[in-house]
Amino acid sequence: MAVEVKLEGLSAWFGSNQVLDDISFTVPAQSVTAIIGPSGSGKSTLIRLVNRMHEILPRTRHEGHVFLGGEDVYGDDVDPVDVRRRVGMVFQRPNPFPTMSIYDNVAAGLKLNGVRGKRSGMDGLVEESLKAAGLWGEVRNRLKAPAGGLSGGQQQRLCIARAIAVRPEVLLMDEPASALDPQSTLRIEDLMAELKQRYTIVIVTHNMQQAARIADWTAFMTVTEEGAPGRLIEFDQTNTIFTHPKDDRTQAYVTGRFG
Amino acid sequence: MTRRRLTDQLATGWMIVSVLVALVPLAFILGYVVYKGAGIVSWTFLTKPEPFDFTHSGGGVWNGIKGTLKLLFLASLLAIPTGILAALYLNEFGRGRFATAVRFVTDVMSGVPSIFVGIFIYSLIVLETGHFSAYSGALALAVLMLPIVIRGAEEVLKLVPHELREASLALGVPRWRTVLRVILPAAASGIVTAAMLSVARAAGETAPLLFTSFGNRFVTGWSDYGSPDSALPLLIFRNARSAYEPAQQRAWAAALVLIAIVLVFTILGRTLAGRRAFRS
Amino acid sequence: MQPQASRDSEPGPRAGPGSLGESMTTTTETPAPAAALERLKRPRSRLGRSADQSFRWLLTGFAAVVLVVLALMLVRTTYVAWPVFQQHGLELITKQRWFPGDNAFGALSFIYGTVLTSVIAILLAVPVSIGIALFVTEVAPRRLRVLLVYLVELLAAVPSVVYGLWGLLVLLPWLERHAWEPISSVLGFIPIFAGPANGRSFATAGVILAIMIIPIVTAIAREVVALVPHDHKEAALALGATRWEMLRLAVIPYARAGIIGGTMLGFGRALGETIAVALVIGGNPQISASIFQPGYTIASVIANQFNEATGFHIQALLAIGVLLFVITILVNVAGRVFVWRAARGLA
Repeated sequence: MAVEVKLEGLSAWFGSNQVLDDISFTVPAQSVTAIIGPSGSGKSTLIRLVNRMHEILPRTRHEGHVFLGGEDVYGDDVDPVDVRRRVGMVFQRPNPFPTMSIYDNVAAGLKLNGVRGKRSGMDGLVEESLKAAGLWGEVRNRLKAPAGGLSGGQQQRLCIARAIAVRPEVLLMDEPASALDPQSTLRIEDLMAELKQRYTIVIVTHNMQQAARIADWTAFMTVTEEGAPGRLIEFDQTNTIFTHPKDDRTQAYVTGRFG
Repeated sequence: MTRRRLTDQLATGWMIVSVLVALVPLAFILGYVVYKGAGIVSWTFLTKPEPFDFTHSGGGVWNGIKGTLKLLFLASLLAIPTGILAALYLNEFGRGRFATAVRFVTDVMSGVPSIFVGIFIYSLIVLETGHFSAYSGALALAVLMLPIVIRGAEEVLKLVPHELREASLALGVPRWRTVLRVILPAAASGIVTAAMLSVARAAGETAPLLFTSFGNRFVTGWSDYGSPDSALPLLIFRNARSAYEPAQQRAWAAALVLIAIVLVFTILGRTLAGRRAFRS
Repeated sequence: MQPQASRDSEPGPRAGPGSLGESMTTTTETPAPAAALERLKRPRSRLGRSADQSFRWLLTGFAAVVLVVLALMLVRTTYVAWPVFQQHGLELITKQRWFPGDNAFGALSFIYGTVLTSVIAILLAVPVSIGIALFVTEVAPRRLRVLLVYLVELLAAVPSVVYGLWGLLVLLPWLERHAWEPISSVLGFIPIFAGPANGRSFATAGVILAIMIIPIVTAIAREVVALVPHDHKEAALALGATRWEMLRLAVIPYARAGIIGGTMLGFGRALGETIAVALVIGGNPQISASIFQPGYTIASVIANQFNEATGFHIQALLAIGVLLFVITILVNVAGRVFVWRAARGLA
């Protein structure tokens, strides 16, 4: 089910301001790839190019390609809505639908598309997703409770459950734990080791220890001078990036943070 | 007492007096309406139409009540969905000159004298068809209601957090479904408030109906919108000007009924918003 | 653990009676709605994809309704009233004599009445509104604040016909006896207070209008006063200013533009008010210096004469209606610009 994601020559603009320049690397299927780098290097914008969320905002444009399992998501015939179903996204701040219950949130992706499976079938899907997100045990007896009543960490796992309920092939995570307490953060990191068996995961993170812990591959991005767009400096196995990176700037970044 | 102290106290006094100047008439108006009207309002009063000669006592205001209900019904049907859809447009796609124009015109329209709306519909419809009618009255009220609904709905829609839209779109839900199933429900209670407030406003309007619905001593059928029709404000207006005591008393009682209707919608609208607010 | 009772019709999780432990597979382990998922995975049809575009067009259409209505308002009324503009032109606003039977259509007295009553309303309402705004934002304790705001807004909910009814039957006689007559007898040598004092008069209409526009001016004044930055007020108080001095030095100057805007919007509202004025102003198409004389406004003459009018008379009434419309729009737009600029300057 998981596919490889190939980024080729991606550049992006907000209005006349260029924020990404010629990013290319390939995310292997069924792995966790971390994108690290200082703030403002365009990491969030980059992953939003993968699920075609960048174009939602006004006055944006991009160049380059994203290949999902060999298929160009920006192809002429491709429906962005379909791309977004195939590429799931978890945001920095948990954003469950406040007017819906826990159950309805998980089922939202299907329900919002007017899909009503046989009752028992839908229940199974919800349970499966909640289990995969590590939340089932805590909410199994209050599936009808409003989602807003959960803690931050629980809400984020709910969002993960919601994202995987529509069976994506890729899972994008934009600093998913940065708004959470350390304990919830660790739970989500544990989750990733399991999730990567079924999905290709790309995670943007500020936290280098986190990248070192959970990612198989790491991409390091930064801006080389003030006002310049973000660039890819190095992409390699996580081990390499953190122990003997090829580029001086990577070295400076990873050691600076560790020190 | 120093002069400065004195000035400060005078100023405070002025502020308090100002508040009283506003609230005392409110109390008096409501008080008088209740005082003068309560004695006459009864079940008969509410269910019988005006007597043939309205300067005589007896009868009731049913023609006014029914007319008001009919007019509000049609006007709401026209104005509320239109207003909500327009507000959705402004909220979803509202950048650029067209949207600015729509917002500007909405603001302009909320300042149009209600009598002008009446003569506008008169010149547009009554002149062409040659007779007064309930539907022309409803149309005039709808024109009055529209800016209120649009403005109220847009304010509430703006408050829906952007993250909700993002979350839904990122799930692969198409835009139109996102708007209808995620954003609209999130703003629902505020939109209901805007709608109810617009109805409350329309219920009290007289001027737009003077030359459109015109008024009717008789009660018309629920589905008959082609004949002229009465409405509570029209009824009050005509009875109030009469020199005859029974007519004036009827006006007071009808005013009590009208205020009750307006207050019900106003207060309902405001409290509904408070009650259904979700914790986000 | 027992499952919670479901609150709506959706079936809850299927842990049944004699609840099963976590390790046991529940009956919900049946495959998810496979057919449904399959449908989801299939990309949308051409029709499905055009739904977004159609949706946008639908919404755009409804938004355009507003523009269409305004355009119609201007065009249709001007068109029907055009013969009057053609025939009488500027005389419409320069001549005083309005006598339909004679084809005399000078609306000057109506314009005079409209402006006079609205000016009286502003003079009475603005000080009161500022006072309320200051009291509510600066002086009143928090709980009182909400109640007061609510009550003042309730004033706006009262229908104008009820204002008119009460104004005519209660306020008017009282004002005539306890206010206008005394003022007129004492100050009658001043032309604007000249007697004989009438209940049905510009003055009474002005008072009713003042009460009606208080909520509007207050609401805007309240908003701009609340926008004044906290540190400005603190600086004044720290200098040892009394509360009034602080308001005078730090709040009112900042709120001034907004208050002017609010005044203009209230003025615009007063210009257009029909029913309450029609009931108390006396219906006399004359220009008189004294505010205690009956008169007419554009809105109230239309209300009073429209139903008995025929032919050209109707068109003439439409014509001055268009006039009122244009004036009101201009005043309102100007007012909004002021308020907008004030809010921008402060925020």
